[in-house]
Amino acid sequence: MRKLRFHRSQLCIPYALFLILFVIAPLIVIVYYAFTNGEGKFTFKNFTDFFTSTNTLGTLLDSFALAIVTTLVCLIIAYPTAYILARSNFKKKYVLLLLFILPMWINFTLRITALKEVLSLIEGNIAKYQFLNSVIGMTYDFLPFMILPLYTSLLKLDKSLLEAASDLGANKLTVFLRVTLPLSVPGIISGMTMVLLPSMTNYVVLDMLHNSTFIMGSLIGSYFSAYDWNNGSLIALVLLVIIFIVTLVTNRFSDKDSSDRRAVI
Amino acid sequence: MKKAWRICWLALVLLFIYVPVLILAAFSFTDANMVGGAVSGFSFDNYINLFKNSELRAMIFGTVALALVSAAIATVLATLGAIGSFYSKKLPKTLLNSANQIPVVNADIVTGFSICILLIVIMRVDKDTFIPLGLGHVVLSAPFVYLSILPKLKQMDNSLYEAALDLGATPAQALFKVVIPQLIPGILSGFMLAVTLSLDDYFVTTYTKPSTFDTISTYVVNATKGSQTEVKTALWALSTLIFLIVVVTVVVMNVLAGRRKEDSK
Repeated sequence: MRKLRFHRSQLCIPYALFLILFVIAPLIVIVYYAFTNGEGKFTFKNFTDFFTSTNTLGTLLDSFALAIVTTLVCLIIAYPTAYILARSNFKKKYVLLLLFILPMWINFTLRITALKEVLSLIEGNIAKYQFLNSVIGMTYDFLPFMILPLYTSLLKLDKSLLEAASDLGANKLTVFLRVTLPLSVPGIISGMTMVLLPSMTNYVVLDMLHNSTFIMGSLIGSYFSAYDWNNGSLIALVLLVIIFIVTLVTNRFSDKDSSDRRAVI
Repeated sequence: MKKAWRICWLALVLLFIYVPVLILAAFSFTDANMVGGAVSGFSFDNYINLFKNSELRAMIFGTVALALVSAAIATVLATLGAIGSFYSKKLPKTLLNSANQIPVVNADIVTGFSICILLIVIMRVDKDTFIPLGLGHVVLSAPFVYLSILPKLKQMDNSLYEAALDLGATPAQALFKVVIPQLIPGILSGFMLAVTLSLDDYFVTTYTKPSTFDTISTYVVNATKGSQTEVKTALWALSTLIFLIVVVTVVVMNVLAGRRKEDSK
């Protein structure tokens, strides 16, 4: 029996090696490069440069601003949508949901191309409304990732709790604020992480909208083009730290089922 | 909420989601060279150009080939990894699950950049071998395959495996004839997910690809910066075709899933 169990668990060795070599090792390399200079000497210069330059710090703040506004806009659009879908009496709710998340299977660059054409048609010169267009572009790209976890958590909600609350005299608003909303917090949190991180890094959406807004992702892009691996690594490291903090915070709230980004179908 | 208001809200969100894609689709069947531009008639030229232009053809073929090959490798690695980890002791299982979670929560741009640093900058692997690109796409998708197989392993009836051994099957036979068949739904949906992740990727591709190779994402981004009208309008046709393929796939998969449910009733 013992020998046999040993056999089966050995199957994970190739995958474990793969993860060590191509997931963990690259991250270690990033940390090493972030704290060395072009000649491979240990230095804090990349680090101090980043946190003393108004350019890079401004980019960091811009990224946060754009990411937070995008996340809130997505939440404001997605919450009522998910709520209506999850509570509808429609027999095939799932089909209706598919209609709302279907765009995520269309290549995002093609979708942004479409959005850009429509925005230029409406606004004339799209360079005029940069921040607005950034938010619209990011929202257009990431909205399905907010709707899905919200829908899942609202669907799981125990209906008898809502009935109990109204039987006990709560009006509709109170039921929503004191029962529905708190119980959907896991969905809100996982939806927010799915939008927050990509909207700090996906600079391609902005590039395609002829936008000069610079976010953290754009910094990596420009260091990559300049073959500046050390400063590029530092930005990657800063992003990793942000991701780590966000993950730590969200792990306390979110439920396992809906926390996997993009893991749908 | 009144019913009419609910329907209005859903309709508005659907308009936001679909109007750009549908406008682009409408103009793809005309001879206009910009959306909202002068239309003198109905035309299939964009669709013909899409298949006549060898550069576009190669780009589409390359994208699909990369997605299928990387998804196949990811599926094999992650399936074995998931089976192995399921039968492992607690510590290796926890370690593997945590390592698997890294690319899931990480930003694609950091994944792509870190693989570029390790493989291309440090190990000097030639980009033109497609090895960094292929590995990058496997890193991107394998963790999601792993996650879609784990729940199926938990649902599996373990006594069947023991029964197969008692009846004289070797562990390898039992694995292929008893364990893996029960995992097929998870493996298939994992594979599909891997394909869609690879098709949608921009960041891993752009940091690891050979300079002469393009996927749909990198090609579209470059094309929006260029001014080749013929290519630009052919991409509208591509966008429309992908939209149709996604709609058909989603409908077919749901009809099939519906049938499977009916059968099991």
